[in-house]
Parts: sequence; structure tokens; C-alpha cells
Amino acid sequence: MTKNNRKRLPRKEQRAAFKRLLGTLRPYRLYIAVSLLAAAVSVAGQLLIPIETGRAIDQMLGKSGVNFPMIGKILLLIGLYIGLSAFAQWILGICNNRAAFHVARDLRDRCMEKIGHLPLSYLDTHPTGDLVSRVIADVELLSDGLLMGFTQFFSGILTIVGTLFFMLVVNWVIALVVICVTPLSLLVAAFIAKKTFRYFHDQSEARGGETALVSEHIDGMKVIHAFGWEEKSQAAFEQVDEELEKRALKATFYSSLTNPSTRFVNSVVYAGVVLAGSLNAILGGSITVGRLSIFLSYANQYTKPFNEISGVITEMQNALACASRIFEFLDAEEEVPDKADARVFAGHPEGQVLPAGSGGSSPVSDPNGNVPAIILDGHVALTNVAFRYVPETPLIERFSLEVRPGQRVAIVGPTGCGKTTLINLLMRFYDVNKGSIRVSGVDIRDVQRRSLRASYGMVLQDTWLKAGTIAENIAYGCPDAGREQIVAAAKEARAHGFICRLPNGYDTVIAEDGGQLSQGEKQLLCIARVMLSLPPMLILDEATSSIDTRTEMKIQEAFARMMQGRTSFIVAHRLSTIREADVILVMRDGHIVEQGNHDELLAAGGFYARLYNAQFEGMAI
Amino acid sequence: MRFLLENLKIYRKEAILAPALKMLEAFFDLFVPLVTADIINNGIAGGNAEYIWIRTGLLILLGIFGLAASITAQYFAAKAAIGASASMRKGLFRHIESFGFGELDALGTGTLITRMTSDINQVQNGINLFLRLFLRSPFIVFGSVIMAFTISIPAAVCLLIAVPLLSLVIFGIMKLTRPRYRRTQEALDGVTTQVRENLTGVRVVRAFGREKSETEIFRSRNHLLTQKQLVAGRISALMNPMTFVLVNLALIAILKTGAAEIQLGNLAQGNVVALVNYLSQILIELVKLANLIVTVTRALASADRVQGVIDRKPVMQYGRALPDPDGVPVNVPAVVFDHVSLTYPGAGAESLSDIHFSAKIGSSIGVIGGTGSGKSSLVNLIPRFYDASKGSVRVFGRDVREYEKKALHGCVAVVLQKAQLFSGTIRSNLIMGRPDATDEELWEALRAAQADEIVKHKARGLDEPVEQGGRNFSGGQKQRLTIARALIAQPQILILDDAASALDYATDAALRKALRELPGNRTVFIVSQRASSVMACDEILVLDEGRIAEHGTHQELLRADGIYRDIYMSQFRKAGAAG
Repeated sequence: MTKNNRKRLPRKEQRAAFKRLLGTLRPYRLYIAVSLLAAAVSVAGQLLIPIETGRAIDQMLGKSGVNFPMIGKILLLIGLYIGLSAFAQWILGICNNRAAFHVARDLRDRCMEKIGHLPLSYLDTHPTGDLVSRVIADVELLSDGLLMGFTQFFSGILTIVGTLFFMLVVNWVIALVVICVTPLSLLVAAFIAKKTFRYFHDQSEARGGETALVSEHIDGMKVIHAFGWEEKSQAAFEQVDEELEKRALKATFYSSLTNPSTRFVNSVVYAGVVLAGSLNAILGGSITVGRLSIFLSYANQYTKPFNEISGVITEMQNALACASRIFEFLDAEEEVPDKADARVFAGHPEGQVLPAGSGGSSPVSDPNGNVPAIILDGHVALTNVAFRYVPETPLIERFSLEVRPGQRVAIVGPTGCGKTTLINLLMRFYDVNKGSIRVSGVDIRDVQRRSLRASYGMVLQDTWLKAGTIAENIAYGCPDAGREQIVAAAKEARAHGFICRLPNGYDTVIAEDGGQLSQGEKQLLCIARVMLSLPPMLILDEATSSIDTRTEMKIQEAFARMMQGRTSFIVAHRLSTIREADVILVMRDGHIVEQGNHDELLAAGGFYARLYNAQFEGMAI
Repeated sequence: MRFLLENLKIYRKEAILAPALKMLEAFFDLFVPLVTADIINNGIAGGNAEYIWIRTGLLILLGIFGLAASITAQYFAAKAAIGASASMRKGLFRHIESFGFGELDALGTGTLITRMTSDINQVQNGINLFLRLFLRSPFIVFGSVIMAFTISIPAAVCLLIAVPLLSLVIFGIMKLTRPRYRRTQEALDGVTTQVRENLTGVRVVRAFGREKSETEIFRSRNHLLTQKQLVAGRISALMNPMTFVLVNLALIAILKTGAAEIQLGNLAQGNVVALVNYLSQILIELVKLANLIVTVTRALASADRVQGVIDRKPVMQYGRALPDPDGVPVNVPAVVFDHVSLTYPGAGAESLSDIHFSAKIGSSIGVIGGTGSGKSSLVNLIPRFYDASKGSVRVFGRDVREYEKKALHGCVAVVLQKAQLFSGTIRSNLIMGRPDATDEELWEALRAAQADEIVKHKARGLDEPVEQGGRNFSGGQKQRLTIARALIAQPQILILDDAASALDYATDAALRKALRELPGNRTVFIVSQRASSVMACDEILVLDEGRIAEHGTHQELLRADGIYRDIYMSQFRKAGAAG
């Protein structure tokens, strides 16, 4: 999330993003209008006070020459301006906050809502870090940059215009001095910024290099120790560090010239005003001491809005770029919604109902009661299925498979043969391009996704856990489960033992994505999660890959019990896991190349036999 | 803090000169309103153009002096801040390298990397700003008040009252908002976690049909965040109007007392202009001071975190013993575990309990067991990555705690589970254990490690570049290269800690065969979950929950019908039946 990768948008897109943004701001337009008004009032007050101060000073001509009644009136006026301006500033702050934070909140809500409706194909192809940064960082930058920036920009412009106006009214000669010399400070600042840009670039390059080296060496510290490489590693680090030191010194020093330089230009302006004003005064011009004081305070303030505005403009451009990234995300094509008359599955041959969490509606009948529920018998049929992630690369072609209720299907084959893709299709994470998948004789596109997915219990190789307690994680599929049920499921998954050894047992809080747990332990928890919800069909994708073979054997017994009477799909590398399946599908390049049970396939002496023997030979040495 | 000061001391000259010069600049600044007042009171009143020209020249001169002082100061401040932080990084890196495995595990690599990079950066910014402002800003604030006293005592009293009130508002609001902004940050973290989890776990969320409840959780966290932001925002929105009111009330007071003083003839018009000028300088510097405090607090928190790492001293102390000058002793076992137990710091239970065995020189020892049975813990004690909490580990007849660090690591080489390469070339990675190895020796080791093909296929052979963390090599390639690296070190004891897990069975077998045929009387430990990897070993230790459950040769263990047989059968039932 460095600034370097934030591209500036072309003007046209900027305008488009801005228009969309106005739509988002609509509900808060009152706040924005009030805040603009408040900005105007506050600026007016701030500019009028120096004028009144000058007028007051002009009423103090010298000993016994002070016009107290007049000064009293002026001071009262100043008091009024103070009150108005301060109140306006306060209102401005409050309105800005409300608009900014609420817009950010709304955008985040919409993004989250969006995530729920995006197809897996979008989520799989966009890096998580990038999406998170759109929802969090971009929204934050947008609300800070654009909304705060907008009022700042507005009051900056007002200040500049107001100052110019007042200065010209009071005395145009001195006004010209200020107007001509002040831009110098902007030029100086721009010049330095341009010069230092390269140094900053060099610095961030060196810093990136150092961070890379630090992560690599700290990550590999154990190896460095094992080989006594400490001195060499230190030397390598110091070399990088010294380079960074050199570049950082240049970047920091040159960029820190901005302040003194612009301050110097300001002193020149100040001296110019004093000179012009004083000479004007003694040559019989219109200037008085009080008016001179107005110029002096304006000269002090005049550069500020310029500097602010140039900062704000970059910030606003960044914010617009953020906005367009957010909108791009919000515009992403959503998954095809469930059909209006989509059906639901009723029960399971053994009479089990769907797990809790399938919403308020009873799973047995459709909420409207129009469409009869399908009785789920565990029959799965794939007919002529074709599927590709990318249109150019064919993956699954003319794939047909008939699974009878309660059958165990094992899928084997080399990496990239389409095993996991098959699961994506069964769960309807992706839709087939051609052909159809039917469960209990109904095309799964005619079924509510929720209902389809709830009828599968899924354990993936990628062990995802939520930040929360162990118990919450096991009960993820049925949040209403009681403690006894949770413990029973954990025992079944052989996870009870290690859970008890954790500091707070079932109430141990685990960090995002399992944190302190080992891969094997995480896998056991995922298995327990499915054991608890016990849906009518199962999908196990490398479910036990990180568990040692002995524990795996124990889990297999539980799996075997669970698979009794349930249609199951099992993807595994270990042949020991596969051997007991009713049907083994040997896949290669998206096709089924062989199909049969273990003994049949061995006897056939084909691809499966070769795969099996390769492992077997290795082991026998 | 101590560590920071030690490193800043190296740049003592710069660290003193920078604020001193900044103060000089401030000193010049303070004269500007006085000179202006002088021009107004004497130049304009006296109608003296020459006087005005000269004084304006003086104003410009003050500006030039200020510029020169300030630029020099900025240079010294940058030099001190950057020099000190570079030196901190070097010191911290050296310190981290002195850590044993225990400290590395306890602190975690992520933490250490953050300390090395962003924390020290934070410190650098803090020092830089501190050196520039910590004298200048208070000096201008107090200097302005003092200067005001030289102009008019009653008017100066107004400033004297305004300064503490302004400080109270600025620092008070900052103090009030800081904990609230922290809570905002925490709430934001909660929102971020929820988004990330829903993206990484999208399949599980959808499989269990939890989209709605996840969105609900998000919504409540998101609204909580907004609420916290509004609370913090409401307080900080008071800052601008309140300081504005205070400053301008002070202005009214100055005008009022100024008017009275002028009426009495104690003061001239120009002096009132100067007083107003001092007032606005005070406000500017107080705001700068507030920002300085924010940056410095942040930097101090970072410095504390760095100090926390520095304060953690490596617990392991090494002895002085060097290997026997007459070469490897022949009549002692290579490795002896004498009733060894190991409890990791902070762990509730022992990870290894009463491990007792000895390994003859030149023998091969297989270590097998389930996940978490203590296999890695056991072999990690041999090169003394950790210290046994009970009992003793002896290498060539001597307790490992008596050896000098280099000497011990010179005779024990470990190939860790996680294959780690460093950026450089294949050669630079291979020679880590023995920088003077010849090409012939490198190739011999590569052949034994089944890695010669990998290198042969590279355009530049041994000089093929390795990218950061070896990411241009696959897991299996990295494992084989790390095995070759260990062989090149020519250790008397070689430990392969699940080092072949990414290799297929055939390559694994070829590797083990090559290792057996290598010349020299090497003692080898092979840790694995695969029975096939250890079955040819002279002795197999079977671990279960941190204890040696069984030991013996493959045949003996099969006959014993215990855990080993279970493992073996679970991995290849048919092969067991056949052979």
C-alpha cells in the first residue's frame, strides 16, 4: 500500500468516479451543505478580525489620542466575529465527521454485502490482500482525503479570494507586493519537492532491499545458526544498512529544506510589506499603522492556504483513485441469483433433517409453499460436463459420472488434473459451462445454493478457522449446538485430546486462521466441524493430508462410520485412504481415464496401477 | 530508551548542535516584531525613509541568518537521527543473531522484522523532529512572552495568562482523544479481520451457509467503528474553535490594555502591532509542539519495543571445549541421551520425557512417530538448539553444554524441516558451512543429495542466482539443495529432520542409498513420518507423546507388534503382507 503504486487516474475516469461519489454522498448532502456554509462563515470571521484589529489600532494615535468609545465598539465586533467563526468551525468539524464516517461506513457495508454475492471465480482470481485493502484502506483514504479535503479546499479558496479582495481594497500597491512575492515560496517548495523526489525514490528502494534482507535472514536465523554464518550475515546486513543510511540522509536533509526556505520567502514578503507600507505612509499614501498591521497578518497567513491546497489536491486525486477502485469492486459481476422458483432439499434417506442455520424457513417446504421440496436420496449424476476457468484453456471436457446413493467415490490423479475443480462444481462454487449436474434427479442450478451446499459436509485441505474459541469453530455449521454435542464431535474427530491440553480447553481463543495450532490440529478441528453438522453427503479434499498416518487411521474409522449410507467424494494422495472406495476415478487432464475399484484397477494394469506401484516400489527399498 | 541513547551518543556533536542552531534561528525570529515596531514608531512617525530602508535590510538580514542557522540545524538533525537509527539497526540485528532458538521462538520472526524495520523508522522520525523542535518551540513561546514584557508589562500579562490556557486546551484535547483513537484503531482491526476471514474462508462460509450471519457480524463491528470514530471526532473537533477563541480573546485583551497604555503615553502604536505578532507566533509554535508530542510518544513506544528485544538476553551460555585434536575419538558413542527431558518455556507439559539411548559412531538412527510426538525436539537437542531441562546430552563423550558454539556446530549439521535458501547464488548457499569447498566437492555432495540434475539444468550452473528465500526453486529442489549444503559442511553427525518430505518415494530412496555409500564414518539421524524412510536404519526410535515407546531394528519392531507396526501397516498394508 505504498503511494508509488497508486496510479493517478485519467481525467475522464476522475470525473466519472466523482459523479458516482456524489451519489454515495446523497444521504448526507445536508451535512455537506451545512459544512460548506460553516466554512464560509468561519473564513469570513478569520479574515475580518485582522481588519477590525487594524481599525482599532488606528484609533490609538498616541498619548491622550485614544478613541475609547470607538475601540469599545470595534472590540465588541471582534468578539462577535470570534463567536460566529468559532461556532462555525465547530459545526464544520462535526458535520464533516458525520458525513465522512457515515459514508465510509456505508461503503464498507456495501463492500461486505458485495463479497457475499460475488462468484468464487472473482474471489479466486483477486488476491485477498488487494480486496481487503479496497474495503479498508481505500475507503479510509477516500473518507479522509475527499471529504476532509473537500472542505479544506473550499475554505482555502475562500481564504485566498477573500484575502486578495480585502488587500486590494485596503491598499493595492502593497497588495501587489504580497501577490507578486508570495508565489515564490510555492515555487521554492515545488522546486525542492521535484529535486527530492528522486532521493525519496532511492531511499524507498534501499529500504525495500533492507526489509527483504531482514525478513530473509530473520526467517532463516536457525539455518544461519546451524552453519555458524552469523558474521557473514551481519556483514551483509551492514552493507545494506550503510547504503540505506546514505540515501536516507540525502532524502531527509533535502526534503527538510522546504520549511526554512519557504519561511525565508515569507520573511522577505514580510519585509517587503513593511518597506512598501512604511514608505507609502511617509510619502503621504493612504496607509496607516493599523492598515499596515492588517497586511502584516495577511502576509503571515497568505501562503498557508496555497500550501494546504496543493497538498489537498494530491490527496483528493488519490481519494478519487481510491473511489474508482472501490466502485470497480462494487461493479464486479455478481453470481447468478438463485432462480425465483429454486427448490430446496428436504431430508435424507435416513430421515435426517438439514442442519440448523439454514435460515428461518423450514427446509421441508419452500417459504412460499409453491414448490415442493426435493427428497434428497444422495443420487448424483454428472452428464457431459465441460468446464474451464479460462476460456482459452480447456480443463474438464465431456465428463460424465453416475454416483448411486451411498457410494464412496475416490478421485485420484496427478496435480492439476481437475480433482479440486470437480469439487468446485459439485458445491456449485462454479457453474458448469456445458452439461449438467443433477442431485436426486434435479439440476443443481434449479436448487437454492444454500440448500445444495448444506447437504454436503466439506473438509478441505486448506484448513480455514475463524478467530474465536475452539467451541465456536466446531459449531460453525450449527451455532445452536450444545457443549456435549461439540465435545462428542471433537472426540469423534480425535481432536478432544489436544483440545484438552490447550490452556482453556474448548474455550481457548484461537487467532485468525488458527494461529498457534499446527496444521494437523487445524485439520482435526475442520473434521470435527463437519462431524457435528453431519450433512447427508460428504466431500473430503485431502482432508487428512497433514495428519500422521496413525491418527489418520483412527479418524478413518470415524469417517467410515460417517460415510455409511452417505454419498461421499474423496480426494487424496495417499493410496491407503483411497483403497476402500466403491469407485475410484482416475483423472488426468480433466478426463476420467480409468474407473473401477482398487482391485479391478490394479488388475487392469493401467495408469492407476503404475501410480500405485511407483509408490510401492519406493517404499520397498 | 537506553539503547536509543547509547546509539544517539555516537552522534553527540550533531545532537547538540542541531537544537542549539534551531534555537539561534528562533532567536532571530523573536527580533522581527521588535524591528517592525521600531520602523513603525520611529521610521513612519519620523518620516525617515533612510531609517526604514536600513531597518528593512535588517529584517532581511535576520531572515538570512535564520535560514543559514536552520539549514545547518536540519542537516545535523537528519545526520543524528539517521545515523543513530542505522546504528540501532546494526546493533539490534547483531543482538538478534545472538539469540538461541528459544528466544527466536518466543519472539517470533514477524515481531523481530517489525522491530527492525518500522519501529526503528518510527524512532528515526521521532529523533529528527525532536532535535528540531524540542528547544525551538518552547523557546519561541517563552521568548515571545519575555519580549512582550520588555514592551509592556500589562499587555504581557495577557500573554502570560493565554499561554497556559492554550496549552491546557491543546494538550488536554490530545490527551482525551489519544485513548479514543486507540479504540478506533482496535475497532478497525476487528472490521479488517472480518473482511479478510470472509475472503480467505469463503468456501467454508458458503458451504455452511453462514453468509448472512457473517454479514451481520461485520455490520455490527462496522457500526461500532463508526460510533467510536464519531466519539473521538467530536472531541477533536473542539480543538480548532477553542484555540481560536482563546487566541482572539487574548487579542482583545491586548488591544484593550494597549489602548489604555497608549492613552497614558507608555506605549506607541507599533508596539501593539508587535504584541499581536508575538501572539500569533505563540499559537503556531504551540500547535507544532502538540504534533511533536504525538510523534515523540509514538517514537518512544517504538523505542520501548526495540528495548524489549534488546533486554532479552540469550539464555544459552556456551562452554570452551573444542573437538579432540586427535580427531574423532573411536571408543565413545557419537551421541548419548542420558535420561533427557525437555519442557519448552511456558509450556504446561514436557515435550520429551526421560529419553535414554546412545548412538554408535557411524551408525544410522531413525526417529519416527506421529505429529507432535517430539521427533524434532529430540534431534534439536543434539546441536544444542535447545537445552534439556533434565538429564544431559553428550556428543563424543562430552556434554553439549561444554562445547564452544562453533565447535559443536562444526561437527553436527542439521537439515531442517523448512528448507531455507538465501538470496545469492547456488554456490553461495552451498558453501555456508565450509567456504573453501572446491567445485569437485560441491558436485559430489549435489550428486549424493540427488540435486546435481537441478544445478545442471540451470544456465549458469553453480552460479545460478537464487532469489529471496529461494522462491525460484520448488519445495523439493530446495530440500535437496539444503541436504547438499549440509553434506558439504562434512559433519561427523548429520541430522535430516523430515528433510525429504517433499521428495517422492523413489528419490527419497535413492538419496538414502547415496548417503550410505558416502565415504567417512558419519553418524546419521533420519527423522520421518514415513516408515520407508527409516526402515533401513541400524536402530529405530519410535516416539509417542514425547517418550521412546519402542526401539530396535525394523524386523524387531515389526515382530514386537506395537506402534511401529501400526504405522508401517497404515502406510503400506500390501507391502507388509508381502515382505
